[in-house]
Amino acid sequence: MMALLRYEFVQNALLSGALIAVVAGFVGPFVVSRNMSFAVHGIAEVGFTGAAGGVLLGIDPVIGLLVGAVLAAVGIGTLGVRLRDRDVAIGSILAFGLGLGVLFLTLYTRYATEAFTILFGTITGVSRGDVILLSLLGVLTLAALAAISRPLMFASVDPEVAEARGVPVRALSIAFLLILAVAVAEAVQVVGVLLVLTLLITPAASAQKLAVRPATASLLSVAIAGTVTMAGIVISLVTPYPASFYVSALSFGSYLGARLVGPRLAVRRYRLVA
Amino acid sequence: MLSAGSSSAAVETTAVRLDRSTLVVGGRTIWRELCLEIGAGEFLTVIGPNGAGKTSLLKVLLGLLPASGEIEVLGRPPGRGNPRIGYVPQQKAIDPDLPLRGRDLVRMGLDGARWGPGLGSGRIARRVAGALGSVGAAAYADAPVGRLSGGEQQRLRIAQALIGDPRLLLLDEPLLSLDLHNQREICTMIAGWQREQGGTVIFVTHDVNPVLNMTDRVMALVGGRWAAGRTDEILTTNVMSNLYGSPVEVVRVGGRVAVLAETGDPFGSHHDLNALQVQAGA
Repeated sequence: MMALLRYEFVQNALLSGALIAVVAGFVGPFVVSRNMSFAVHGIAEVGFTGAAGGVLLGIDPVIGLLVGAVLAAVGIGTLGVRLRDRDVAIGSILAFGLGLGVLFLTLYTRYATEAFTILFGTITGVSRGDVILLSLLGVLTLAALAAISRPLMFASVDPEVAEARGVPVRALSIAFLLILAVAVAEAVQVVGVLLVLTLLITPAASAQKLAVRPATASLLSVAIAGTVTMAGIVISLVTPYPASFYVSALSFGSYLGARLVGPRLAVRRYRLVA
Repeated sequence: MLSAGSSSAAVETTAVRLDRSTLVVGGRTIWRELCLEIGAGEFLTVIGPNGAGKTSLLKVLLGLLPASGEIEVLGRPPGRGNPRIGYVPQQKAIDPDLPLRGRDLVRMGLDGARWGPGLGSGRIARRVAGALGSVGAAAYADAPVGRLSGGEQQRLRIAQALIGDPRLLLLDEPLLSLDLHNQREICTMIAGWQREQGGTVIFVTHDVNPVLNMTDRVMALVGGRWAAGRTDEILTTNVMSNLYGSPVEVVRVGGRVAVLAETGDPFGSHHDLNALQVQAGA
């Protein structure tokens, strides 16, 4: 194992994996409390189209992915103002985005392996340049999230009172979509477009089954995302199977475990019926 | 209670003033030419059927809905984020898994709107503990909010609204889905705050009876029309029939008030009648 650490691609994978897990772990609880799983999925799929377009134009697919994800976030924020519209807006944007992706795939015939990488992730293919870019984006995302986290939480769990107290609910919703777009683009590097939910939803969902304080839930979500990502990468290095599979399997395992243990904890702590 | 005063005195004695205010939402006139002055320290109960604009009135005062006419709230035009207004919105179900304690919900009323992560301090923790104690919620302050009963959640909401020491408390159907015991406790708590702090209360409800004793004045909003005054002035067969535009009968039984339709349905829909109707024996 230690011998593996001497390879640059292993260092890159572990470094970016850890950073991405921290970002996903902090963003996740807000995704869960705001019921935004579908938005995450939509942003990721359009991100795929962005990456495909990037390859077609000879641009770094990470940049293409980021552009696609941000455009999708802006589209969802603009078309899905009312909660009732949001689902439909996401579905429509997602479908159109994937349609474009198919077109890009057809135009660029050598694209098959690239497409597979973006859809299912190849953390071991991350370059040193990517690590620097991902770190920069990750730090920016975390700083932005820290700045808005308190009013965002207020707006997420108690929108009526938050609005009355002067919280800019609508602006925060757009700001969070943009943060989410960057977090999705980051998570795609580890698990790919089709599995982003495994880092952006599952750890947070597990954490909220176990924790009661908002801060504890966030830290637990980061811990779970970090553990499953690092473990998944390491196991994939010593076996012939992809990291995405191990990350999603471990992540799901943590969720099942939390579902099993959580209600018992709650009953014991508060003498409440689960 | 106060009809008018010199403009300088009005700042201290008038909490809310609406002068010829008209509210139109999505092409529908919610109320027309509404004139209302609520004195500081007064308890105003707002009644009316569903959709009559009771919640809209609170939203206008909070600066969330624009209405025409002259409106003043605590000496200022309505605007968002006024820390001197406490607000308890209509109760909504909270996800039982949401990692949020009663303590966290109450604290949001103090500094939830500020930027930054907000790590908290001993001073904040003491204020939150004080607010929790004043509504008798200390025992379950560390349990997840979504797992608490309606009455427990409502106490936390009131603590959240009162923690910033407001001068005006706006409550939207705070007794909805509470049993009689909890209804009484919540009412006593609000009346206690009004008396001790000299605060002003606007209490929106479809059933006037639980707050009949503490109500200084009542305002009825029905289909764009309105009437305001003492309970014995407003809750009469005459006034209510005029408001509904069809004959209704106001009956008093054992200190309780019921508004009943005389023939059929006064407002064209059964639910509208039910909103004001109170079972006398309940």
